Amino acid sequence: MAIASTGFRELRLDRMSRNFGSHNALKEISLTVQRGEFIALLGPSGCGKSTALNCLAGLLSLSGGAIWLDDRRIDTLKPEERGFGMVFQNYALFPHMDVRRNVGFGLQMHAVPRAEVQRRVDEALDVVRLASQAGKLPGQLSGGQQQRVAIARAIAVEPPLVLMDEPLSNLDAKLRLEMRAEIRRIHRLLGSATIYVTHDQDEALSLADRIVVLRDGAVRQVGTPQELYRRPLHADVAEFMGFRNALAGRLVAREGAGVAVDCGFAGPIHGQPVDIGDAAAGAGVTVAIRPADLVPAPDGPIEAVVSGIEYRGESYFGTATGPGGQELFFRADQPLAPGEAVRLGAPAERVLVYEGGGANG
Amino acid sequence: MADAAASSTTAPSTRRRPSLADRGLDGVTLLLLPAALFIVLLFVYPFLYGLVLSFMPKEGGWLGNYTRFFSDPYMYGTIWLTVRLALPVTVLNIALSVPIAMQVRHMTRQRLLTTILVLPITLGTVLVAEGLLNYLGPQGWLNRTLILFGLIDRPIRLVHNYWGVFISLVITGFPFTFLLTLSMISGIDPALEQAAATLGARARHRFAHIVFPLIVPGLAVTFCLAFVDAFSVFPSAVMLGAPAGETRVISFAAAQAAFEQYDYSYASAIAMIMALVQFGFVGLVLGLRGLFYKGPVGGGKG
Repeated sequence: MAIASTGFRELRLDRMSRNFGSHNALKEISLTVQRGEFIALLGPSGCGKSTALNCLAGLLSLSGGAIWLDDRRIDTLKPEERGFGMVFQNYALFPHMDVRRNVGFGLQMHAVPRAEVQRRVDEALDVVRLASQAGKLPGQLSGGQQQRVAIARAIAVEPPLVLMDEPLSNLDAKLRLEMRAEIRRIHRLLGSATIYVTHDQDEALSLADRIVVLRDGAVRQVGTPQELYRRPLHADVAEFMGFRNALAGRLVAREGAGVAVDCGFAGPIHGQPVDIGDAAAGAGVTVAIRPADLVPAPDGPIEAVVSGIEYRGESYFGTATGPGGQELFFRADQPLAPGEAVRLGAPAERVLVYEGGGANG
Repeated sequence: MADAAASSTTAPSTRRRPSLADRGLDGVTLLLLPAALFIVLLFVYPFLYGLVLSFMPKEGGWLGNYTRFFSDPYMYGTIWLTVRLALPVTVLNIALSVPIAMQVRHMTRQRLLTTILVLPITLGTVLVAEGLLNYLGPQGWLNRTLILFGLIDRPIRLVHNYWGVFISLVITGFPFTFLLTLSMISGIDPALEQAAATLGARARHRFAHIVFPLIVPGLAVTFCLAFVDAFSVFPSAVMLGAPAGETRVISFAAAQAAFEQYDYSYASAIAMIMALVQFGFVGLVLGLRGLFYKGPVGGGKG
């Protein structure tokens, strides 16, 4: 395959900031991206992830900080001078050009000879498996095909860095899974760095080499998918990574590496401390548990009343209310009736304890 | 296809009779009637009446009026005199509208500007012509200012000639073309230009390859509307121009025939010729428009 990215060693964001009026959309983001890396910018909507991507692409100017590509400062360059490929959320295909001209547009702008444009467009279309649709207008293609044209258009210029702004959010669930695999495959093929913006943690976990979690314009955590999944460093990151049960409580005792927390249930909940340091007994903390780890157990510490149950195929997903009105999400192998009393528990190594007790703290 | 075939062979009796609603005709369609009636009474009937009238000249055969028009250079020359005004004015208005609209679409005070621009339209051509008569006249502000600053020695003649009419047509026609152009350019998804920029296209190329091709169909329609408007120029040609000479436009010739010679039949024939020339230009431009992409200008889903 002749399509390959032009190289760089590292892309460095140095305290990149962006304000909109008095609102700080990006607060001193620092990050170093290696060549060939796949980075996911993950966060809820409004966290600044799209702003960060637009700043990288040059579509927004920085309010502070700098962007370096090896030894070259690039944040002062216009988007057309940066040479990054970008895939837009709504694809932004040129509606009046057929697929071939869309994909060849970047090459045409770089004054590549006609014969080579032809060859590289063919290659890019082969990469996204759309060679048979080359003569169609974007309006004649399905959503998934449009998506692939958008990717082909971005990679045809063989950019050192590909930026993707929630490219799968407009596709249906099945197509999203297929395209996820495609994007991963194309990334490997090109060897370029990819920065991928998403609010979907599954997408980030399955695609990225490293995940950058953003919140309110600031970096909360950077890590591999495994690190993010197993041990989020902050309570808000944990909640975003699927720890839907966030229970406020008080530290009761330390038990070697673990801790016991009183959340107002029958017994203490045992878990692993993450960022509470050497907080003493009585300190307010938050206990985070994934719904999949919280299961009915006869000797479980949490007594609750089932409020709803959903069939999920391999198991049931239940919601319940604790004695203090706490909302609980759990997994069950047997169906339970709403209104039924249940005791729930989770293995101590799957329970994470964070500082800050919320209501009880 | 398979479904349709199956249902028609297995259960023909249960097939619903296609109603008028399936063909797009229902109660709502009736709401069109008043408008249709209006058009028939106020447009179609007078037009046909004029057409018939034009074939009943005071003297000569049924084509008498037309042969009379085309054998008199003083008459058929009005076509050229009108085109000479309307075409450059329309082209200039569009040529000005596009770059200005490209800038204005990013402005925050768009409404203020729009209001200012709509004013000349609401004032009407007569008021604008009167104002210009004073402003551009030999003793008008413009000439006085230019003389004051020593830019000219004697007043330049800007009224009662071609340029007076030209300027007034630009002033009354520009807001119209501008507002249409602005709405077309604002309708283009900004992501398209951003995408072009990330692919290496500079501002000039983004305009040439993305924005311009997408507004061409709309510009063609704008051209037709503005051209027809300028072609039927009458008040400013009389007030600001030289109606006996270089701005003897075709509508003026028709008015003369009708109200000075009281030859309604001849006036109708002139009006028909005028309509034919307009149709010719509109048809040409719309034909060329067919060569361009005319679909939605969005960039995809979303």
